[in-house]
Amino acid sequence: MSKPFTPSVITANALLEGDVIYQTPFGWTRALEEAEVLLDEAHADLRMIEASAQAGHVVGVYLAEVALDGAIPRPIHFREDFRATGPSNYAHGKQERAAQEHI
Amino acid sequence: MYHYTDFDAAFLKERNAQFRAQVERRIDGSLTEDEFKPLRLMNGLYLQLHAYMLRVAIPYGTLNSAQMDTLAMIADKWDKGYGHFTTRQNIQYNWPELRDVPDMLDALGAVNMHAIQTSGNTIRNVTADHFAGAAADEVADPRPIAELIRQWSTDHPEFQFLPRKFKVAVSGASADRAVIKAHDIGLQIVEQDGEIGYKVIIGGGLGRTPMIGKVLYDFVKSEDLLPALEAIVSVYNLLGRRDNKYKARIKITVHENGIEDIRARVDARYKLIRPQFTGVDQQMLSRIEADFAVPQFKTATEAPYHHARQHDPLFKSWSDTNLTEHRAPGYAIVSISLKAHGKTPGDASSSQMRIMAGLAKRYGHDELRISHEQNVILPHVHKSDLPSVYAALKAAGLGTANIGLISDIIACPGMDYCALATARSIPIAQEIATHFDALKLEHEVGPLKIKISGCINACGHHHVGHIGILGLDRAGVENYQIMLGGDGTEDAQIGERAGPGFSADEIIPAVERIVMAYLDLRSDPSETFLQAYRRLGLAPFKAALYPQKQASAA
Amino acid sequence: MARQPRERRRVQTIRKTDMTQLINDTGFVTDDWTHGFCAAGAANDCRALDLAPDADPQKIDLNTTLEMIRIDFPSSADGRGFTIARALRLRGFTGRLRARGHILADQYAMARRAGFNEVEVNDDVAARQPAAQWQYRADWKAHDYQSRLRGTAS
Repeated sequence: MSKPFTPSVITANALLEGDVIYQTPFGWTRALEEAEVLLDEAHADLRMIEASAQAGHVVGVYLAEVALDGAIPRPIHFREDFRATGPSNYAHGKQERAAQEHI
Repeated sequence: MYHYTDFDAAFLKERNAQFRAQVERRIDGSLTEDEFKPLRLMNGLYLQLHAYMLRVAIPYGTLNSAQMDTLAMIADKWDKGYGHFTTRQNIQYNWPELRDVPDMLDALGAVNMHAIQTSGNTIRNVTADHFAGAAADEVADPRPIAELIRQWSTDHPEFQFLPRKFKVAVSGASADRAVIKAHDIGLQIVEQDGEIGYKVIIGGGLGRTPMIGKVLYDFVKSEDLLPALEAIVSVYNLLGRRDNKYKARIKITVHENGIEDIRARVDARYKLIRPQFTGVDQQMLSRIEADFAVPQFKTATEAPYHHARQHDPLFKSWSDTNLTEHRAPGYAIVSISLKAHGKTPGDASSSQMRIMAGLAKRYGHDELRISHEQNVILPHVHKSDLPSVYAALKAAGLGTANIGLISDIIACPGMDYCALATARSIPIAQEIATHFDALKLEHEVGPLKIKISGCINACGHHHVGHIGILGLDRAGVENYQIMLGGDGTEDAQIGERAGPGFSADEIIPAVERIVMAYLDLRSDPSETFLQAYRRLGLAPFKAALYPQKQASAA
Repeated sequence: MARQPRERRRVQTIRKTDMTQLINDTGFVTDDWTHGFCAAGAANDCRALDLAPDADPQKIDLNTTLEMIRIDFPSSADGRGFTIARALRLRGFTGRLRARGHILADQYAMARRAGFNEVEVNDDVAARQPAAQWQYRADWKAHDYQSRLRGTAS
């Protein structure tokens, strides 16, 4: 009896910039909310193969579990929360970009 | 300090060109990530949680004002305007981009700095006592031999793909300010019948299985040291485990084979190696020693110092905590605290770096040090200049009078930055510091070393903290375990685990209960926390941490 | 419960090839060794010995028929071969030393300084690292801290 598949996104770091990225149907995004949510293992396996083949652009591809807020993926584990936000001691990383976009 | 020869400069230029080419070969696919990773690690480039991280070596923690100014420039030009000083006397930049790194390395090369072997399964930055050349209790300055070992280990053909990382530290005194007993090789300079030699300690290390190092040789002559080191690392290279990352350090090799067996293997290997060394290294050591000659100290009145102590209570408080006795009359060793209450331990902004550089140049014989406790040292300042130095530090947010006190916390970057971490460490450090500052208890509590690691790898050295805190992931929530009574000095000891961990909300009150118990139980105010702990043991502190009525919630 | 990055089995085909490329200071060369290799512990009149990286260099019988020793590098991250080569040289072996396996061009200078004469890699490794990348590291005697400190050549 196999474990039910938790909705997941594929994530990695961008090779050149080094920052956190998430796979979409058409490429990659820097915003978790825009990530492609994978709902079954077979589809996830296929997308992982495709992501892993992009070693010229991405590093360290893996599947991260998410919770669904409607259709929008949210992090479950605190590590993914930090990856999606940035460090807690300075307003650097994704939260810096988000703040700039709201000006 | 060490002056680069043409050989050193040419080496660095070539090395940087090689790395630049390696980056391009990674981008064009000639190198896979698996092939590129060890190569970028041996040039100090990590990939962390949010970005790449470049770890720049500060050999034996020593740098001059031009180098510190360059570190500031690099922070501004290619990073976010700050750097983080580490427990191995390095500096880390948290936000470089891959294509910029070769340019950063070239900028470092222009001031004889580099990021070589600050990561990877190689011999890392050789660290040394941050008071070297200034401390009153020194047998000999450990930095010349540290520089010789740095050269010997740089691009060593045998040792770029060891089973695991390899860390060397050198102490020049019997007081151990370099944590040599928690290193793969720890060297203590000793004197025997008028001759300088080295006690060689191996197999120390923190992390998953913390161990205190064992003495391999009591006294190794200077001319035999490099062959001995080469023999040790050769034996480790062949014998160290490659099947399990957590059992791959030499401490495990020593533990599994026994120190006698290891010594026999090293002796055998040494016999093969020794004839290869013709004495040239000793000539080079003499030239290096000349670079570390004692500065021309000045003689001047100490009156401004005494006047300031009498009339400026803030200066008095700072000079009570942040100065250490210097071997030269009239001089002091200044510890600049990078632990302002509520700030990230070990971080300095680029403007703070420039200010410290300027102070070193003007008042400090152009020398700075980085301590393994993540503070910056001005090793040679005449007392008459201290009021001016303090005024500048205070204005720059660098004047916190807390060296060795409870808010002088060592903390690794933790999960705010590090991909290996299991919990955050920085917020805990910030909260402990602000909490005890608010309680106005720091000076009352006295010397107390808190060390915080965000995972079992122990980069925050929590095993040798008087209070050590380890951040773990317990069922998806950050959880903090406390260890007590650790010691990173010549009386090195691993702390004892106190009991079940605490949540992020509970950990500060828990630390407070320990401190209150100490204040309550100490025999008199001169008995430090560590002394009280050694006298009383774990029991009363454990009782304070886990009071009976809260036993079920613990 | 945190999910650690899952170990994915690499589904790409790794072409296991017997075709290899020999490399020395001049670049890619044809292999001129035609006498085969024997495994450790084989015949006394072995001319060329194959060693695994867990071999003990002190225990190899360096008898006079031995002309070549080839040391395996199953992974470019496994540096034992460099220490084995050096130990053999220190013991007085003057024959040919060959490093064979997953070796990067960036390791060529290490190999030469440790005492290897040449490197043998699989064709697919050679394809990704053309001759120019190896020749770039062929000036292995330059910038050598260790021989400078010893006062003797590698």
